[in-house]
Amino acid sequence: MTAPNHNWRNFKNVFMQMLTFACAILVVTPLLLVFYHLIKEGFSSINLAFFTQLPKPVGETGGGMGNAIVGTFILLAQAAVIGVPVGVLGGVFLSEYGGTKLNWWIRFAADILNGVPSITWGIVVYALMVVPMHGFSALAGGVVLGMMMIPLVMRTTEEVLQLVPGGYREAALALGISKWKTILQIVIRTALKGIVTGVLLALARVAGETAPLLFTALGNRFWAHNLTEPIAAMPLQIFAYAISPYDDWHRQAWAGALVLLLLVLAINIGVRFLTRDRFRQKI
Amino acid sequence: MPATENPMQNATALAVRNLSVFFGKNAAVKNVSLDIAARAVTAIIGPSGCGKSTFLRAINRMHELNPEARMEGEIKLFGDDIYSRNIQPVVVRRRVGMVFQKSNPFPTMSINENVTVGLRLNGIRDKKTLAERTEQSLRMAALWDEVKDRLSAPAISLSGGQQQRLCIARALAVQPEVLLMDEPASALDPLATSKIEDLIRNLKKDYTIVIVTHNMQQAARASDFTAFFYLGELVEFGPTPKIFTSPAQKRTEDYVTGRFG
Repeated sequence: MTAPNHNWRNFKNVFMQMLTFACAILVVTPLLLVFYHLIKEGFSSINLAFFTQLPKPVGETGGGMGNAIVGTFILLAQAAVIGVPVGVLGGVFLSEYGGTKLNWWIRFAADILNGVPSITWGIVVYALMVVPMHGFSALAGGVVLGMMMIPLVMRTTEEVLQLVPGGYREAALALGISKWKTILQIVIRTALKGIVTGVLLALARVAGETAPLLFTALGNRFWAHNLTEPIAAMPLQIFAYAISPYDDWHRQAWAGALVLLLLVLAINIGVRFLTRDRFRQKI
Repeated sequence: MPATENPMQNATALAVRNLSVFFGKNAAVKNVSLDIAARAVTAIIGPSGCGKSTFLRAINRMHELNPEARMEGEIKLFGDDIYSRNIQPVVVRRRVGMVFQKSNPFPTMSINENVTVGLRLNGIRDKKTLAERTEQSLRMAALWDEVKDRLSAPAISLSGGQQQRLCIARALAVQPEVLLMDEPASALDPLATSKIEDLIRNLKKDYTIVIVTHNMQQAARASDFTAFFYLGELVEFGPTPKIFTSPAQKRTEDYVTGRFG
């Protein structure tokens, strides 16, 4: 006697498989759409002037985003100076030291901070730095991006340090190596690629932040000469151009968005390259 | 060859008195006292969970890595109380080295970097000293001839048995007085195991060795003295031939003849 509803079962099976497949495709579609539009609208405006020149005054065509591109890199450099040491050392504490109860609270706080809307970060740094210093500045922009990086870097650092087998720590300690040297020379060295990966991903994440920079770096149509002045950044420039009424500025905004996306993509590809080697080392 | 024939072995390397080790409320080792002879191999045998690894780790204070751990009693290493309040665990571990069950060469380092890591991180920089110590340690670990042409190759490119001998060389390079081995051959094939056992027999000329093993044939082959642990207690301790041929305790006899465990 054959089971009466084999066909119905098979149909359910195939249906569920198709449904999950459709959702998987749906995940990739936005990336392709974004790419398609950015290339279609922005690619024609990318030329040497775009990377080297200042924006032209309203009405003149041409010009570029040289100051915003440099500004983004200056902001990211400042953010790294603040976010990397604090984040990495905080992650080392969580993984290697500390009582379980204290660590639970620190981890909890870091996870909340990772979920704080970026505009909130902007307002906080506005109140802490921009108001007392009587002006928007590149410094405040670097600080806000750096602060956003800290919990990100801290959690990824902790995670990759936890992946280092305990046997390496024991082996080093059993050789009479002190704990901090064990952490620095054995544990961190073993997990270094993972830590660098976490740092790069955190940089990629804050590179596109716009809202916190509106309250801090503000943007600048000219080259910034020192860190106490407002500074241009690509997300800010894209925002300013995109809401303007001029076609030429719209084209520049598309081009800027394309360059920003390519920057983030380049960082992600770099990460893939780094992590590929990691598996061969079987750690 | 019975150990008692060698007068050198009468010296005591480790005097353990009334040692108990607790993890939280559980006693893993209960009131153990024994003298471990210098320049001899002492095997610790017993079924899983009998406290033999904990006993071993208490000898170089590795059990303290577990924040729940607590000990009572006394261990003297050549007369020095290793739990004295002014002695740091780091100092104890330089005198009492350890080899683990799972070989664990550092994956970021080459073969010779692994051997010298204990020296380098303790401040020895002189290249000649490091090179000498590398060769000496690798020879003692019976690995020199196999790796002398590729000292700068990654340590993880070696086979399992070679990696374990590399770990032994790494422990020997800091010149400890006692070498603890926690089931050093249990993850290796018979050929690699017999190499490790030969090596242990050679090392006892210069070192005091304490080896935890599940393998009773290994204890019988490689050790001079054997201690049988059961449920955290030391049941019997004596020269290996006596433990295996005419044990005083019924429980020892049952275990070594394979009636339980």
